[in-house]
Amino acid sequence: MSMTISDNMETVYQKPATLTETPMHYCPGCGHGVVHRVLMEVIEEMGIAEQTIGVAPVGCSVFAYHYMNVDMQAAPHGRASAVATGVRRVLPEKYVYSYQGDGDLAAIGTGETIHTVNRGENILMVFVNNGIYGMTGGQMAPTSLCGMVTSTSPYGRDEHVMGHPLKITEMIAQLPGAYYVARHAVHTPTAVRKLKKAFKTSFEMQKQKKGTCFIEVVSNCPSGWKMTPVEANDWMEKNMFPYYPLGDIKVPATMK
Amino acid sequence: MSEIQHDETPKLMKGNEALAEASLRAGLQAYFGYPITPQSEILEYLAEKAPEHTEVVVLQAESEIAAINMVYGASGAGARVMTTSSSPGISLMQEGISYMAASELPCVIANVQRGGPGLGTIQPAQGDYFQATKGGGHGDYHMIVLAPSSVQEMADFVFDGFRLAEEYRMPAMILADGALGQMMEKVYLPKAGTLPKKETPWATVGKTASRERNYITSLHIESEKMETVNLHLQDTYRKLKQEVRCELTNTADADIFLVAFGLSARICNKVMDIARAKGINVGVIRPITLYPFPYDIIASFAGPAKMFLTVEMNAGQMVEDVRLAVNGKSPVYFKGRMGGMIPTPEEIMLEVEAMSEKQQNLNQSAGYL
Ligand SMILES: Cc1ncc(C[n+]2csc(CCOP(=O)(O)OP(=O)(O)O)c2C)c(N)n1
Ligand code: SF4
Ligand SMILES: [Mg+2]
Repeated sequence: MSMTISDNMETVYQKPATLTETPMHYCPGCGHGVVHRVLMEVIEEMGIAEQTIGVAPVGCSVFAYHYMNVDMQAAPHGRASAVATGVRRVLPEKYVYSYQGDGDLAAIGTGETIHTVNRGENILMVFVNNGIYGMTGGQMAPTSLCGMVTSTSPYGRDEHVMGHPLKITEMIAQLPGAYYVARHAVHTPTAVRKLKKAFKTSFEMQKQKKGTCFIEVVSNCPSGWKMTPVEANDWMEKNMFPYYPLGDIKVPATMK
Repeated sequence: MSEIQHDETPKLMKGNEALAEASLRAGLQAYFGYPITPQSEILEYLAEKAPEHTEVVVLQAESEIAAINMVYGASGAGARVMTTSSSPGISLMQEGISYMAASELPCVIANVQRGGPGLGTIQPAQGDYFQATKGGGHGDYHMIVLAPSSVQEMADFVFDGFRLAEEYRMPAMILADGALGQMMEKVYLPKAGTLPKKETPWATVGKTASRERNYITSLHIESEKMETVNLHLQDTYRKLKQEVRCELTNTADADIFLVAFGLSARICNKVMDIARAKGINVGVIRPITLYPFPYDIIASFAGPAKMFLTVEMNAGQMVEDVRLAVNGKSPVYFKGRMGGMIPTPEEIMLEVEAMSEKQQNLNQSAGYL
């Protein structure tokens, strides 16, 4: 009798059931897939998948609902937090999260972002900041760094003409409705572990109806940045992290 | 048409308030809106009643864009949900309405129209007919469009709107105007608890182990799939035709037909009385569903000896549909006022008299042949 792999090997790591079998469409090295996985691992480990509703954005993660095995809605560009508000208000006992890119959350959806947090909407807002419009082919985002070359800032972002890179996470942290605000990354196993903890904390806070938990993930866009995945992560550490420093931005007293 | 059950005793109410009260009685679960004259009373009324209706979510959004997207989220989660606004605010909602139509999400949207374009005026108008009936937002979609012409219908059409929206899984618009919103009339309110809600197995309420996940989206990147979705929507719109509603007054012996909706139709009824007193056989055709439009009903009155006058508070929008219906079989004239002006019975009467004269001349010359 022939032995199969599973006969003599122990499963130590596998895809969470909260991710579907659909292969992800993300470019090699892209952070979106990792953020999806971390989020869905937390949802699986907490056993809350049946009570969770997610809201996907317009951006590269527009197909998040093909990968995340929970009930989901796809919002118009920028409006994920308003859609999540609608879900949250009629399903007060469920877990609700929105997932957005920087163009989505910090440009076209700035108004919704600020007011959702200002209402202290009891949701988790996941904000994936890659400093560029990935989906539409690498245009300047509100978070693009000064001097950053994109297809719509071909000579580099001139902040006097095009505005300054927007630290929206620091902005919304000022609002009383923001309960827990932190900035993380997914470029190393350590960073991933920290992000995972932040997501877990956010859902725990949500259960206690504490208000908005807002987690930014500084991520990459190898395609839009026109770099290899390794170059992109390197560039991100050297250029993005100094301007968008990782760590807690607003932590409730109970967590300190 | 299912019959609405009403209170036995009437109330004297503003149109906006009647609509708001009817929505509570219709089993509203959530309302999201933003203030704009002449419809702010709806949000105000619901906010005031909130303590008596703790089961209803009432939230003032930061904009009409946010409001319609909250409606999207709540509807997608299976709730009976409404938003209301007036013309400029409805313009802001168009993207969200297109998404809801594409995702087959039911809701009721009331547009208490004011004069435009631009910021315009807060006076009543009917300038949003095209926007309401032809799509308004991007893509091939329609809403159910109900045009009330009384405070009674401001209340009733909330019930009809939810019933149809849920039956056909699409947004329903109540296309009113500032006068209907602001005026007080006797109204027999629909009875609470009489509007059953359809099951929403498609709603995102949390995926149970026994079913696949539900997701609500309007994105279908493959053209073949997107066309299939479009064909399905067109199928729904074809089925919706059975819900056509139109009020006919004195049409049996009429030579001249006034075609008007909403407030304009009330004025036309007055014109009809004046004309009949002068011996001119005028009838009134009042489309109640502007989408689906009563093409066939209007067509059935068209013929060589007949004439049509469409009266609207705009530059001539519904008249295009009337012409499509009449299809060249009769002359179709138009009388409109714009920018918040309401046509008077007298000025419409002048048109009717001129038409009647023309008709007699035509009939006489036909007699000599
Ligand atoms: C109303 C509207 N405007 C513009 C677009 C085009 N669009 C799609 S995604 C996108 C930017 C997405 O960038 P971001 O949110 O940073 O997400 P990423 O792809 O970088 O993850 C834009 C402008 C759209 N879909 N809808
Ligand atoms: S374009 Fe950028 S953000 Fe989009 S999948 Fe590719 S790497 Fe990721
Ligand atoms: Mg981006």
